[in-house]
Amino acid sequence: MTARYSWRAGVGFAVGAVLLFAVAPVALSDFRLSLLAKYLCLAMVAVGIGLAWGRGGLLTLGQGVFFGLGGYAMAMHMKLADAGPGEMPDFMQLYGQLDALPWWWRPFASPWFALPATVLLPMLVAFLLGSLVFRRRVRGAYFAILSQALAAAMVILLIGQQGTTGGTNGLTDFQGFFGYDLDDPVNQRMVYFIVAGVLLLLLAIARQLMLSRYGELLVAVRDSEERVRFLGYNPANVKLVAYVAAAGMAGLAGALFVPAVGIINPALIGIVPSIEFVIGVAVGGRATLLGPVLGAVAVAWAKTALSEEFPAAWTYLQGLLFVLVVAFLPGGLASLVRMVRRRRPPPDPAPVSPAPVVSPQEVRA
Amino acid sequence: MSGLVVRDLRVVFDGFAAVDGVDLEVAPGDIRFLIGPNGAGKTTLVDAVTGLVKATGSVRFGDDELLGRPVHRIARMGVGRTFQTATVFEELTVLQNLDIAAGAGRGALTLLRRRRSVPVSVEEALETIGLAGLRDKPAGALAHGQKQWLEIGMLLVQDVKLLLLDEPVAGMSHDERDATGALLRVVSADRTVVVIEHDMDFMRSFANTVTVLHAGKVLSEGSVAQVQADPAVQQVYLGVS
Amino acid sequence: MTVIVSQLFTGVSIGAVLLLIALGLSLTFGQMGVINMAHGEFIMAGAYTVYVLQKVITDAGWSLFVALPLAFAVAGLMGVLLEVLLIRRLYARPLDTLLVTWGVSLILQQLARDIFGAPNVQTRAPDFLTGNIKITDDLVLSNNRLFILTLALAAVVALTVALRYTSLGRRIRAVVQNRDLAAVSGIATGRVDRLTFFIGSGLAGVAGVALTLLGPIGPTMGTNVIVDAFLVVVAGGIGHLKGSVIVAFALGTLQSLVEYSTTVSVAKVLVFVAIVAFLQWRPQGLFTLRTRSLA
Repeated sequence: MTARYSWRAGVGFAVGAVLLFAVAPVALSDFRLSLLAKYLCLAMVAVGIGLAWGRGGLLTLGQGVFFGLGGYAMAMHMKLADAGPGEMPDFMQLYGQLDALPWWWRPFASPWFALPATVLLPMLVAFLLGSLVFRRRVRGAYFAILSQALAAAMVILLIGQQGTTGGTNGLTDFQGFFGYDLDDPVNQRMVYFIVAGVLLLLLAIARQLMLSRYGELLVAVRDSEERVRFLGYNPANVKLVAYVAAAGMAGLAGALFVPAVGIINPALIGIVPSIEFVIGVAVGGRATLLGPVLGAVAVAWAKTALSEEFPAAWTYLQGLLFVLVVAFLPGGLASLVRMVRRRRPPPDPAPVSPAPVVSPQEVRA
Repeated sequence: MSGLVVRDLRVVFDGFAAVDGVDLEVAPGDIRFLIGPNGAGKTTLVDAVTGLVKATGSVRFGDDELLGRPVHRIARMGVGRTFQTATVFEELTVLQNLDIAAGAGRGALTLLRRRRSVPVSVEEALETIGLAGLRDKPAGALAHGQKQWLEIGMLLVQDVKLLLLDEPVAGMSHDERDATGALLRVVSADRTVVVIEHDMDFMRSFANTVTVLHAGKVLSEGSVAQVQADPAVQQVYLGVS
Repeated sequence: MTVIVSQLFTGVSIGAVLLLIALGLSLTFGQMGVINMAHGEFIMAGAYTVYVLQKVITDAGWSLFVALPLAFAVAGLMGVLLEVLLIRRLYARPLDTLLVTWGVSLILQQLARDIFGAPNVQTRAPDFLTGNIKITDDLVLSNNRLFILTLALAAVVALTVALRYTSLGRRIRAVVQNRDLAAVSGIATGRVDRLTFFIGSGLAGVAGVALTLLGPIGPTMGTNVIVDAFLVVVAGGIGHLKGSVIVAFALGTLQSLVEYSTTVSVAKVLVFVAIVAFLQWRPQGLFTLRTRSLA
């Protein structure tokens, strides 16, 4: 059984890699490819939400916060690299409120600090919030609302500190990415390849987490947290792992979003984008591995395709997606696939009648 | 093996004493039945022992004081329980349910790897509870009685030394009840067992000692025969049925 | 000293607004456990009711007093419609209710954009609310803030009386405390649910009317207030109106005092931190554990 699974997974990853690394770069124009890079970044967030929400039951409506932390960490580094050693980023000079670089900007000049920070900073924030609320058994809707409030608070903070964060404009106009000119299509392609590679890596990590004993435990916590407690586990720790992992994935996604799309701002990480991350996951199938990825890409693609020409129609469609998918197809499109599969006769029919109950004494004898 | 010693246990809900100064001693290896009319405080007593509700007094299991510890710590000390409504992880298979129950002491590295083989204790428990043939079935698809047995199996692999069972045969057919009783005999061989039960026939067949609770207090205690002969018990409880 | 008093008054009036927007939720979320993200759009509907009404009744004073019951009815009916069409099917899935009603809120926002246009619009305030009451030279209380405070308190009193002393209120509380027992006792729980939702959503409409007095209104006004409203109910506790009342005024005062010494944005963030800290001390959901069946 296990062998068959890993064989199929190997083929799946190979097909995914061929599609992402060989087919897409040939079939798509530079413009489309960079759009795909953007969608794949959003899909990384979805992988984490699938883990935390689909498997762990943690409806996190504040993934934008972690996406933003990763994004801003990367953007700050790129801004400082653009400005050159000892100089202030262009927008700070423009606003002219500051004489020197704020202290908390300084470490981001070093890639050795900034790159790990894109992942570790979100994980740290998730760890702090998670250990506070999970330990006190704040759960379900309460957790969802708190995570959403976190997104609201972060956006307000960013906008309020315009002089040092770029305010509503955010951080944009990047020239280089670790010395490579971002205007050069070749380098944009390179960014795409990095994004695609990281997505596959995150999928592999998520798969391992889901199939491991931890993954089974996470589902157990989702379905009956108290029962798990009576088995001697602390559910708070189980949830914390999923939440922190999802935060790390969102942070990495944000970090790659910045070179791929060229901007990070509060409008990309607030309440609305945070909950938009969730709809892709719901559409694809929240508890599956690939569902969130495909759902996120499909929803992002539909948004681009529709919202330019018919912005109103897109909003209605998005609203309807939330209503119809979540209310009437909670398993997402993945559950449709499973239904179709079940129509076909199973290869090895399972015993229909329950096995006869053996008296325990007979067994022991 | 250790015994359970409860001293002056009190649980108060909004001024109402659900458990009102209970003293209880369960000898190591005993099968003790807790009986009493509805509202006598039986389940609340078990809740207090397992850390689910706050209580005052003292609950000692072996040398350890249980009161004041969080639920999962008490569970790790070898105290396990079932619930009136069988609570298993419905979306997980029988095997996965047992494997999780067996794994509270696992380290992070073991947890993050896949299960390559079935632990011996799980294999044995599957045989003991008679669900070996259904190991890959989702627990949600089991019959009511089978779920109860799975819960008992989870307690076995959890390696508890004190089993607290809340109405394990409620709603079971006659045959299922007998099988459960036999299962109880097996698991109690090297464990201390406390059973809450309303089923008098079941109690007569399997109880070693009985404690009758009434209105949060101990009304009577002794062997089945002693308790049944107690006029006070007949008045409040047995006489009614 | 007057600075503190005047900040306190600002805090109380922020609290009054919070209370108004959260009061309906403390009924639908607090009593029924339904997470209705479209509650903000019901507030918006109440606000646009004033806007539309002022086209018919040009006198701002009259339109305000007609708008109060009308907005209650409009938002309340929207709530009943939502309950009947969607929420009723989702009582067992609270988190999914949250997402579904978010979708509804998106649709309602877009409807508002299509009907009234995307830009914010301004309603006219009645003359008697534009003035101030001068207590000392430094301490000036604005009439519209006082009006909102009065409205909020009146709504709390009316709701408390309705829940405590009317037969409807007794039925609502019965259903909240034990749905099955209430059903067995002959209470039509479905109808009680709809009525509860009508009142809770109607209160959102009243809050919308109040918000028109504070500034321009627009399609996204609901999103701006919904998180605050939920935080009030979360911190206030399930099933207790008085919890929401205390928390609303406490948060308002906290925000106004912090705002004075730092900035609005820092104040907002600190309020969030305060709520997380508060939940460490008094977590919710801890007391609703049922032990006999953990499922």
